[in-house]
Amino acid sequence: MIYDIRLRISYDYANRAATGRHLACLMPRDGPGQRVVAGLVSVTPAPSERLDRTDFFGNRVTEFSFLRPHDSLTLALTARVDRSESPAMDASPPLSALPAALDRVTDLGPASPLHFLSPSVRVPRDPAMTGFARSHLRAGMTVAEAVQAVGSALHRHMTFDARATTVDTPAAEAFAKRQGVCQDFSHILIAALRGVGIPAAYVSGFLRTLPPPGKPRLEGADAMHAWVRAWCGPLAGWMEFDPTNDKQAGSDHIVVAHGRDYTDVAPIKGILRGSGSQKHHQAVDVVPFAG
Amino acid sequence: MVARKAKAPGGGLFAGYSALPGVPDELTDAMGVMRPAWGPLIAHLSGRSRAQLDHDIARGDQHLADAGVFFRSFGEAGGNGRDWPFSPVPVILAEAEWRDIAAGLQQRAALMEAVMADLYGPNRLVADGHLPASLIAQNPEWLRPMVGVQPRSGHFLHFLAFEIGRGPDGRWWVLADRTDAPSGAGFALENRVAASRVFPDVFGASNVHRLAGFFRSFRDALDGLRQTPEARVGILTPGQLTDTYYEQAYIARYLGLPLLEGEDLTMQDGHLHIRTVQGLTPIDVLWRRMDGIWADPLELREDSALGTPGLMSAVRQGHVTMVNALGAGVLETQGLMAFLPAIAKALTGEALRLPNVATWWCGAAAELAHVRRHAGRMMIGQAMSTRLPFETNAPHAIGGQLKGVEGVALDDWLAANAGDLMAKELVTLSTTPVYEAGRLLPRPMSLRVFLARTRTGWQVMPGGFARIGRSNDTTAISMRNGGSVADVWVVADAPVAAETLLAPGAGPFRRSVGGPLPSRAADNLFWLGRYVERTEGLLRLVRAYNARLGEAATEPLLASLRTRLKAYGLDPADPVPQGVRSALGSAVYSASQIRDRFSIDGWAALKDMEKSIARIAPKARAGQDAAQVASIMLRKIAGFSGLVHDNMYRAEGWQFLTIGRSLERAAMITDVLAAFAAPRAPEGGLDLAIEIGDSIMIHRQRYAVITGRASVIDLLALDASNPRSLRFHLDVVQARVQDLGALRPPGQMTEFERMVLHLHTTVALHSVQTLDTAALLATHGALLDLSSALNTAFLQ
Repeated sequence: MIYDIRLRISYDYANRAATGRHLACLMPRDGPGQRVVAGLVSVTPAPSERLDRTDFFGNRVTEFSFLRPHDSLTLALTARVDRSESPAMDASPPLSALPAALDRVTDLGPASPLHFLSPSVRVPRDPAMTGFARSHLRAGMTVAEAVQAVGSALHRHMTFDARATTVDTPAAEAFAKRQGVCQDFSHILIAALRGVGIPAAYVSGFLRTLPPPGKPRLEGADAMHAWVRAWCGPLAGWMEFDPTNDKQAGSDHIVVAHGRDYTDVAPIKGILRGSGSQKHHQAVDVVPFAG
Repeated sequence: MVARKAKAPGGGLFAGYSALPGVPDELTDAMGVMRPAWGPLIAHLSGRSRAQLDHDIARGDQHLADAGVFFRSFGEAGGNGRDWPFSPVPVILAEAEWRDIAAGLQQRAALMEAVMADLYGPNRLVADGHLPASLIAQNPEWLRPMVGVQPRSGHFLHFLAFEIGRGPDGRWWVLADRTDAPSGAGFALENRVAASRVFPDVFGASNVHRLAGFFRSFRDALDGLRQTPEARVGILTPGQLTDTYYEQAYIARYLGLPLLEGEDLTMQDGHLHIRTVQGLTPIDVLWRRMDGIWADPLELREDSALGTPGLMSAVRQGHVTMVNALGAGVLETQGLMAFLPAIAKALTGEALRLPNVATWWCGAAAELAHVRRHAGRMMIGQAMSTRLPFETNAPHAIGGQLKGVEGVALDDWLAANAGDLMAKELVTLSTTPVYEAGRLLPRPMSLRVFLARTRTGWQVMPGGFARIGRSNDTTAISMRNGGSVADVWVVADAPVAAETLLAPGAGPFRRSVGGPLPSRAADNLFWLGRYVERTEGLLRLVRAYNARLGEAATEPLLASLRTRLKAYGLDPADPVPQGVRSALGSAVYSASQIRDRFSIDGWAALKDMEKSIARIAPKARAGQDAAQVASIMLRKIAGFSGLVHDNMYRAEGWQFLTIGRSLERAAMITDVLAAFAAPRAPEGGLDLAIEIGDSIMIHRQRYAVITGRASVIDLLALDASNPRSLRFHLDVVQARVQDLGALRPPGQMTEFERMVLHLHTTVALHSVQTLDTAALLATHGALLDLSSALNTAFLQ
């Protein structure tokens, strides 16, 4: 399936900002089952400097800065991405065999599972989430089955509520409230999986805006979305699961970036306000290419 | 075993010294015989009476107190710091022994560079099984943005420190590696100065290797790392709340380098610049005293308020050399020491010349089993930490005792966390003599030794500083209870050359020009000037009020004074109001931000004022007593101002300090005139204005006994020769602004310069008739506006 993606994020500053330096992470990445045909990230007003590069995890980031006063900032992405469904065959080992498999990993490259096992900035070790994961494991489960079981259980446990949390709400608070958005669902699932020894990463990306005929609209389609990728052993590699929608990420999910948690892949970093308040708008459109 | 009695000539102090049984000692060898290098010092000590020695030691302490040397220990943030715990007897090492130590540390430095290059490059050590992958991948000090970055200089490491100690077998061991932002080189210098004050004759006669040559080479090396001659070298500090800020300011002054905080720097077009009062100045070498993870909030720790956004990008683009490279903290990982002996062999084919403390990573089964069996002789803690287990809040075990977790058996804790843990052998240290109450006593010690990469390779500072334990418990962990520090003398067999930081003279003398003033430093100097002057003005008001208390006839005047006091936030009922102390406190704070640019005497005078007011203010009673206190404080301020203005070099820093002072004084006198020289001001107001304006004598000489409004306005507002008048200080501000304007491109007048010119002209054109209360109030407002205009013009 080929998609045309348009994203627009804008900030209106109540007081103008004198200068600013930012890092944006919006451009989809190439990977198994996904190829970026064409894409452009534009910044308005025109920045004084701009540098496009990839980061450690292979995500495509844009550094830019303003040396002159400005009272708004708009980022726009247009991209055409070819996304195919990954085959759904479980080649993962039993969960009990995962530690030994991890012990044999000596790769420190971006795809290595070892980056995604220990606590990270937004995902501290959390005994409650680990306990939650344990309570949904059954003897003899494969790693993929375990990810699916814990992810689905989390989906049942939590209620999607866009007003319950903000981008800065700690995952533990959302977990205690049992409410949150895709970012919270993803951070909680990552903590739960890491807690039982499964390497888990944060994925930022987009969802198809309108479902295929006869299918329900997915939660999170009206803004950037997030889900989880888990390492299922050397043979199966990485599997992506969307706990907000209780399904494996497939041809409706377009990947922008991978990281240990939101901090690694935040769509925009850097101080985003002048000295006053700011207004923030985000609009996303992901439609199948009609040409 | 019986304590070894010292056997050597010298008698006295030495005869009473006994090393601890079974513990190596620096002063005596295994037979109890004095090591020859100590001869001259011990002979000197033995020839002094106890009173003479106490006097000598007091001289060293006085130097340290005068120099304001202090340190802040862990958990004391915000405190004022403690006195420097200086132990006057140096640790003395013979040159031959030092050569072995130096060679061992040079080898280790080279090994560290190789490991660092691999961890941020090809990662062969992990791939080939010399290091467990998880120790790196899960390490918070392994900074992913640095992976694949080639340091511009060709090297990651340029300045290192190692903590070493002598074990029971007499060999030296490496206890800790300090690679990220090693501290203490400045302390070594200060200890040297203090020790040479205590023992000037012995120091001069003992062939002690000097430290200056090391620092000269290091500074030359830093200069050599620049890519362009215009670019500057600076020291990057986390700021004055860090525990070693004093030392950073000291070394910055010593090396003549600017001490910069993250906000002093800005990244533009891929290059780093210092924000200065002359605009942006390029900088491309930073000696980093800030831990790497804080350096850039965009790419490293997001919550860092200390860093510079974009710094990492400048590094990646090869436009700045960090000393050391960001990410060097990974080499301090406690667990790494377990693998270094084998890595040394694999990378260089050589064994470590100086072993490090035996360390085991618990993530491997055989090692874990070993640790379990011998836990009683080990300390066990986080493998990924860069601190020793007992220096952290994380659970750890010492000698088999588990701390920081409740109700868990050591074995279960080990089993559950094995991959995250490492164990280190509990080491014991050698002893060195300390002088206490007329005797020499053996105390455990370790040394911190510094290495700098110079043109000729790794150079070792011949000395360093010694940390000395509090009791005769020689286990290394006893050092955590604090203790003292001492100088380290490396003594040659032949006379050594005296060295200074100055390069040997070559070519004609050229006067060196200081670098441009960072905007933040200028801001602090401006506010220092203002706050000291504010303190003075407030004290004058307080004195005037209290001196008049109890004189019934002056009640309307007292009421006016109370209004003024309240307008400045002072409580008239308080004999020495808190607001006065706050203003002085703000002055001290401003000065504390710029310790590298502020004379030691000036700092001492300022701190002395703060101490005095804290001591006498609470006891002061309203009335004459409080007026007396204010007079004492005013004399101290006059001393401080004299010191600063007599001694401060007339560069940009002085201009800002002076502008701050003059603006504040002009504003204060204008305010006083508006209140007390108004037509309807209470009786006695004019005399009061003259008193606050410190112009009683001159007024009496010039004018009749009766004080009139015209003479007061003339003397305190319009007379350009009176250093207390408005006009005088507007002249000062204008002159200083002209000096500063010379720094800017010609023909461009800033808004600030325009406002100064306008105000100056307005006041100059006034007569005593036209400068009425409304005009005074307008002038007061215009003076306050200048402050923010100055900010826009120079301080952004």
